[in-house]
This record gives sequence, C-alpha cells and structure tokens, in this order.
Amino acid sequence: MKNYDIVIVGGGPAGLAAANAAYDAGARSILILERDKELGGILNQCIHNGFGLHTFKEELTGPEYAHRFAEKVYKKQIEYKLSTMVMNISPEKVVTAMNREDGLFDIQAKAIVLAMGCRERSRGALNIPGYRPAGIYSAGTAQRLVNIEGFMPGREVVILGSGDIGLIMARRMTLEGAKVKVVAELMPYSGGLKRNIVQCLNDFDIPLKLSHTVVDIEGKERVTGVTIAEVDSHNKPISGTEEHYDCDTLLLSCGLIPENELSRDMGVELNRVTNGPTVNESLETSIPGVFAAGNVLHVHDLVDFVSEEAAAAGRSAAAYVAGGPADGARNDIPVAVEGGPRYTVPCTIDPAKVGDELVVRFRVGGVMKNRFVNVYLDGDRVIHRKRPVMAPGEMEEVKLKRAMFEAHPDLSSICIKVEEA
Amino acid sequence: MYDVIIIGAGVIGSAVARFLSRYQVNACVIEREEDVCCGTSKANSAIIHAGFDAAAGSLKARLNVQGSVMMPALAEDLDVPFRRNGSLVVCMNEEDRPKLQALYENGLKNGVEGLEIIDGQRLREMEPNINPDAVAALWAPTGGIVCPFHLTIALAENANTNGVEFKLNTEVKAISPRKEGGWAVQTDKGVFDAKCIVNAAGVYADIFHNMVSGEKIHITPRRGDYCLLDRSTGGFVSHTIFQLPGALGKGVLVSPTIHGNTIVGPTAFNIEDREGINTTAEGIADLTAKAGTTVPNLPIRQVITSFAGLRAHEDGDEFLVGEVADAPGFIDCAGIESPGLSSAPAIGLEVAELLRDKLNLQENPNYVGKRKGILDPKTLSKEERTALIKEQPAYGQIICRCESVSEGEILDAIHRPLGAKSLDGVKRRTRAGMGRCQSGFCSPRVMEILARELGVSQSDITKCGGASRLIVGTAKDRV
Amino acid sequence: MEVKNLTCIGCPMGCPLEVTMENGEVLSVTGNTCPRGAAYARKEVTNPTRIVTSTVRVVGSTTGAVAVSCKTASDIPKGKIFACVKDIAGVSVEAPVHIGDVVKADVAGTGVDMIATKEVM
Repeated sequence: MKNYDIVIVGGGPAGLAAANAAYDAGARSILILERDKELGGILNQCIHNGFGLHTFKEELTGPEYAHRFAEKVYKKQIEYKLSTMVMNISPEKVVTAMNREDGLFDIQAKAIVLAMGCRERSRGALNIPGYRPAGIYSAGTAQRLVNIEGFMPGREVVILGSGDIGLIMARRMTLEGAKVKVVAELMPYSGGLKRNIVQCLNDFDIPLKLSHTVVDIEGKERVTGVTIAEVDSHNKPISGTEEHYDCDTLLLSCGLIPENELSRDMGVELNRVTNGPTVNESLETSIPGVFAAGNVLHVHDLVDFVSEEAAAAGRSAAAYVAGGPADGARNDIPVAVEGGPRYTVPCTIDPAKVGDELVVRFRVGGVMKNRFVNVYLDGDRVIHRKRPVMAPGEMEEVKLKRAMFEAHPDLSSICIKVEEA
Repeated sequence: MYDVIIIGAGVIGSAVARFLSRYQVNACVIEREEDVCCGTSKANSAIIHAGFDAAAGSLKARLNVQGSVMMPALAEDLDVPFRRNGSLVVCMNEEDRPKLQALYENGLKNGVEGLEIIDGQRLREMEPNINPDAVAALWAPTGGIVCPFHLTIALAENANTNGVEFKLNTEVKAISPRKEGGWAVQTDKGVFDAKCIVNAAGVYADIFHNMVSGEKIHITPRRGDYCLLDRSTGGFVSHTIFQLPGALGKGVLVSPTIHGNTIVGPTAFNIEDREGINTTAEGIADLTAKAGTTVPNLPIRQVITSFAGLRAHEDGDEFLVGEVADAPGFIDCAGIESPGLSSAPAIGLEVAELLRDKLNLQENPNYVGKRKGILDPKTLSKEERTALIKEQPAYGQIICRCESVSEGEILDAIHRPLGAKSLDGVKRRTRAGMGRCQSGFCSPRVMEILARELGVSQSDITKCGGASRLIVGTAKDRV
Repeated sequence: MEVKNLTCIGCPMGCPLEVTMENGEVLSVTGNTCPRGAAYARKEVTNPTRIVTSTVRVVGSTTGAVAVSCKTASDIPKGKIFACVKDIAGVSVEAPVHIGDVVKADVAGTGVDMIATKEVM
C-alpha cells in the first residue's frame, strides 16, 4: 500500500487550491485524485467570464481560472491521478481508488481533504409531474454537452430555476442558436446574480417569471411542451394560472447538493442544512485529520471563495501532518445564529486554534433589507456591519480576528445575529 | 412461416419465449419498442408476491403461487438478483382484524407457505419504523423482491440465445387467419405468418384479442404512480410493507428494492390513454399521504425519481391465459396486471407447454437454461477486480458515479445478445443513470460510448428509441 | 426627452435605475444607491459593451477535444454579440491551442480578437 501525507479527493478548484496551499505550508507528499480526464473540475465547462475578480483582480473564464491553479500544481510537481474514482475511504484514512492503469488500489493517507464538489438537483428529486421523455436536462449537463462536446441538446427551451447556471445556460443556448422562451423561478426572488439576470436574460429579452414552477411535462418520446403555473406563498401551484409553452427542452437549475456519499460512508458527521460535513475552524470534519472545502462543504456562488476556503483546508491538513496546532485537547465552541443565518461554516470554533483571521461564511433564509450583521463573543459585540441587502443566493461572511478571541480568554459563547438597523 | 409469434417483449412475452426455447421451435417475438421490457414490465412494484391476495381458486392465485415457488431457481439459472425479504400486511386497528384473518385464510387456501398473523410487538421488532399504532400484521416469509428489468431482459436474452428471434421496433397492425391455416401478422415491417400467436401485448392485448375473436374483452389501463427513494434510505424498511385494503382503497406499499433503494407506490387511476405514463401531482401527493399511514417517518424527501406504470386491468378482473375458444392457435396472455410479474414464470411455462402439445414440439437438444448476467465487479474481491481491470481496463473506468458502474459493464450491456441501444437500455441493464443524480453526470459519457460501440453518430443516440433523440444538432448549426 | 429603466448589476441590491436622456446625452440618473450605479447607467445607455464567450471547433487534439473555449479579448459593443457568434460559427482551429491564441482576428469587424481560453493539446 502506498502512503501519502495528504490525499486530496477531487481536482477541481477546491482540490487544486488545497494542494497548492498544503505545498506552500511545507507538505510535499501530496496526491490529488480526480475522476475526470483533466484537472479543473466543472470550471472546464464554465466557459463564461466572471471568475477570479477577488483572487486575480481580473475577469477570467472558468477554464482560464482553473488553468492558473493547475499550472501551479504542475510547477510544484504535485502528484495527481486523472480518470481515477475514489470508491471508498475508511475512517483510518485508507483511500480506495480505481482507474484503468492501477486497477483497484489502496492509499494510506495521514490527512485527507474532501473536495468532491456537488451535483445538481434532478427532475426526480424535484418531483415534477408529467412524462419522462428525452429533452429534460439539468443545466450543467446541457452546459457540458454544448461547451465541451459541441452539441445542441435542444432548439426551443424552457428553463426552471434562476440559479446562476440556469441563467448562464439561457444565454449560452441563445447564442448557439436556440430560442429560450422563459425562465421560471419557484421563489419570489432569483437565486442568481443581478449581473447574470441583466446580461443573460434582459440582454436577450428572455422573460423571468418569479413564483412560477413547472406543473406538467408533455411529450412521450421527446419533450413537446411544458406547462408552468404561478405558485402561492406555500409554493403550491395556483389553479387557473397555467400557461403552456411549446418546447423541445426543459433545463433545470434548481439547486446544488454537496456530494458527500464518500464522507457519509466513512462516518463523517453531516450538517442537515448544508448537506456538507460539520467542520471546526480548521475546516476539519468530525474525523480528525479529514478536512473539507468548496462545494462539498457548502455550495458557493463564487469560485474565488472556494479557492480561499480550500487553501485554508490545505494549510490545516499540512499543519495536521506536521503535528502542529491541530494536536492536543480541543475546546470547541458552537457558533450560534439568530435572526437570519441558516448555518455557518465553520460550525464550531476553538479560539486557541484561530490564526490571524478566521472567515465565517453563512447564508440567510430569505431576502432581508437594511440589517446589521453582528457578532457577539460572550455577549460582547465584536463585529457590527451594515448590510443594505442580503439574499439566500449570496453567501455572507464575517472575519473574526485573533485579537477578538484574545480579549475573551474564558469564552463560552459565539453568536452571529442579523439584526434590524 | 413461424411456428409461434409472440406479440410483446415484456416479462410475459419473454417468459413464454424462454420456456418455449426448450423445444425445437421456429419462434419470433415481435416488439413495438426498441428494446425488451419497455411497457408495464419496466414500471411496477418489483415485488414477487407470496400469493395470499388473489381470490382462492382464481387463475391469478394459482399462477402467482406457482410463479413465486419457481422464482428462486429461475433467478439462480438466469443470474437475476432476487431475494425473499418477506412481506407484511399491516393492520392498523382492531376493527380490521377480521379482514386480516380473511386474507390469512385466503392465503392458506391458495397454498402460500409460512403465513402467520403476528402481533404489534413482533411487527415492531421486525420493522422498527412501522406506525406504533399498528395492531397486527400478516407475515408472508415467501414474499420477495426482484429486479423486473433484469428478470425480463434475462428471460429474453436466454430465449434469444436458445434460438428465439426478436424483431424489435416492429409494430403489429393487424392479425388475420390464413386460408391455409395459421395466422398472418401484419406489421409496419411486413407480414409474418405463424401457426400460433401468443398475445402478450399488455395494455394492448384486448385490441389484438378482439381482432380474432367474437368474444370481446376490454382492458383498462390502470395507472400507478411510484416514488423511488435514494439508497441512503435503504434499510428504513426491510420487508415489503402492504396496507390492509380498507376504506381508502387498496393502499400503497413501501418496500426495499433489490438494489437497496426504497420504493413507494402505486396509486390506482383508471385512464383511457394506453400510453398515459405521466405522473401527476395528485398521484404523488396521494402516495405520500398513504405511505405515511403505515410508515410515518418515511424519508420521502429523499426521492430520486417518480414514475408511473400501467396495469392491464381486464373487466373480468382475472388473468386470461390460454387458447381463445373461437380462434384456434391464438393464445391469450391478457389482463396480466398484478401479480403479473410474480406469475410470469408460471405463465411462461404453462403457455410453452400448451404450445408444445399443440405443435407437437420436440425437446431442443442444444437448450441451455442457464444464463450469465452482466458481471457486477462490486461482487468481486479487490484482487479479482484488479486482475479483471488488468485484462479489460474498461472495468477500471467508472462512468456512473452514483451507482459505481464501469465502462466494462456498459460495453457488456451493449454487446451481449439483444444488447442495449439507448440510454435507457444501458440504464436498465447496468443501472448507469439510475442513481441519485439521475444520469446528470453520466448521460453524455454513456451517449459517447453507445455511439462509438454502435458505430453511429452521437446525435442518433436516443433515450428510449423512436423520436427520443437526446441531441438535436451541433453547436451554432443554425446561427 | 427619453427615459430608460435599468437594473444595476454592481451588487445584490439591484437598484432600479432611471436614466433621463436627450439627444444621446445623459441628463440624469436616479434610483442608484452609490456612485457605481450612476457610472454603470451612463455607460449602459450610451455605449453598452459585453465580453462574448463561446467555443470554436478544434481538430487534431490528442486528448480527443472537439471544441476550444474562447472569448473576446476585450468588450465589444452589445449590438455586435450575434454578429460575433456568427463570425466564429465556421471557425476551426488546429491543436495544440494555448490560452490567448487568436482563434479569430478582428471578430465581426469590432477590432477585437477572439482568443482561446483553454489549453488544448
């Protein structure tokens, strides 16, 4: 059995950033296992621009962004295996993987970074009634078909869900010669960025119908039409509001789900809100030495923050291997929330383990205007930040400084509150 | 001229074909769809019923019990996953006890083995997630679960290997008696003659029957909606949980599937459209509500897909199996609704023997009753699997990550007898695309493999034959 | 006088902007919360531009790639988006392709090159 200090499961943006950061923190025995035939993950099919503004201060496309990180991995000669599927990870950190060349093989890792990303919610999981013909695609599958394979999955398109991938695909399909008839969104607000609504829908006069959903799919072999209807405040279709659209394609952009089957099977504790592992300030899961970052941990909007988060996980993994601060007894304080946040990453913080700065990320449950994000350590307000608007589609963050914790040596409670201005 | 033409390659047509292939016979199965197992056989509860339900003395009862008895050996011979997980009919209140008792006694009359009425406490020991209000249950240890795709495909494949021809993508338009004797079957691909016809056309069986007989029958397509839950729900129930038929109708079942998912269903809606396999919001809501009465905390939110199937319900509420009185040589397998899957082996055997006697068929000396299914590498040891990959590297390439299906399995599915030609064909044979992402990740790759192996363009690959094309052109072709 | 309504894309606020114009000149911008909104509105009504991203065919790839992603090296007028796509519809490039390689010079007469955004071997 081969041994590595750090095995990184997934060679997408999270895995690449984790590998680079672990290397920069001194780790040398690193292996990335990637199931696709190239590094970069889903970024390779995200050919639109808008990536990297935070990281590189310039606007890159997905493949360009991925390449910047992959190139560093090549230069550092970090090992990676492509077309390799991780089949199982044991709680003792034996990673069982498989590919054409090596067959089924085991690797003993000292630390593991989980960076498997996420998958799209399928038609089945949405329980959309109707027939089950060809022509129903998740937006990401259509994106792969168009951008990587050069195929047209359809000519006349209805899109359900106004998440960013759905909006991006509305523009992509339009530019490739398809007619996008409408984008329906169940919620009364879009889950996508304003910029994408303007540049992907408004630019092409594609209507966005908020508080609408698909109530029927027609077509026995190929989609021939869909019916959408307005929904009430309980998201139930309102009778009499049905509208029929002739189309040959239904694209779904209805949410992403972290892919944690490997994590669950190895016994990592999962958070019911995020569907990702519960992690502490070091992005360490319930199994010591197993870290998680990126969309497998919680679904992000911006890849820049994936990279930032994954770099932190990579550094933690390197520190764990080096036997540094990750050792010893822990003093985990749960991060409580009030007034809006649905979850936080991390979920617990050991003040002694906090570096110069700790980023805590969260999402709110609904659109909120004119609020303050306040952070309390034992009732003392240490952060007080005005937020003119917050929405579920935009991840929020607060940055806790080591000095804040040092000022509360006997800390017992940490709370993030969203409060009215 | 064929000795026998079988109309329909569902589980019944395929079972008849397989048992018939034991004899020296010139037989052909004609199927409208591009693959076997495309109608009722692909969308049902996947249950092998113990046989306590059908009225004592009925054909349904006899064939069900016989089929259930035959299933273990048949599954073994055909390498089809089958397990006797046992079934429970749950009684929710004391007033219903007589009904439970009646069901038990009916089962005894039908010859079902091992039946027992158990009390609420033992029920909860067996199924901790059952509604705590349940007072008793009928325990049928011979109830089982099977993969209906694998069963049908295996029967068809084995029949084909033993010499039965399959004409897929061929639709029967008319059937008429020939002056010289026998039957002329007119299809969209020409006319085929046969001495005998087996009508295993599912919800269309009445149409074919009525073409040749003055004794008209009538089949109502009865739609059943189902929900399939993620494998992470596996073990939430370990037996097939039936509801005691009550004021709310027949109730829905909650059962593990042979592949470790949980299935919930079916509803029952009589409809007109013989192709009406669309699910409806009311159907799904109905299922969820009813399933909750026996299994209250069922993780229904873990649904990965919902689908609907049609039962071929004949007005007489009974299977019609046998030669039609006023149409000699025309053999019905009509009205095969539940317990049709369970009865399939018995119907196949019975019809094959009927044809043997009628046509004076001789044993087929080359008959091989055993068939090897698609190798599931998950059943191999690490060393065996690595050795397999060394020999055939395609087994090292995972295509469907949710169900861990390798390229090797997909290649096998495509190249074996009656191989897969579509995405659904691959899915039913290998489970690629049947997992939690519902083919989001693997469909482009399976399409690529299908195109390469079948030597066609990717734009010719369909979901399930016909007009179900997945790709309509190339990027910018109409810009 | 002419009034145009826009949605600001600067941040999640998505301020509804109202731009009053006369003879192509912006007279006023209202509805914005911050100066970025006003600047965006002025640009958007007088000279809206976009980066266009797409793919072109690639031949001879050793990895089996059939397409390479590309983008306009800088913004082009919004009105030229479709002309730009049309102009690259028949373009085919030979592998290897490197990030930044020009796949179509002066796309649709914009003076801007379409460049590759992916390494294709």
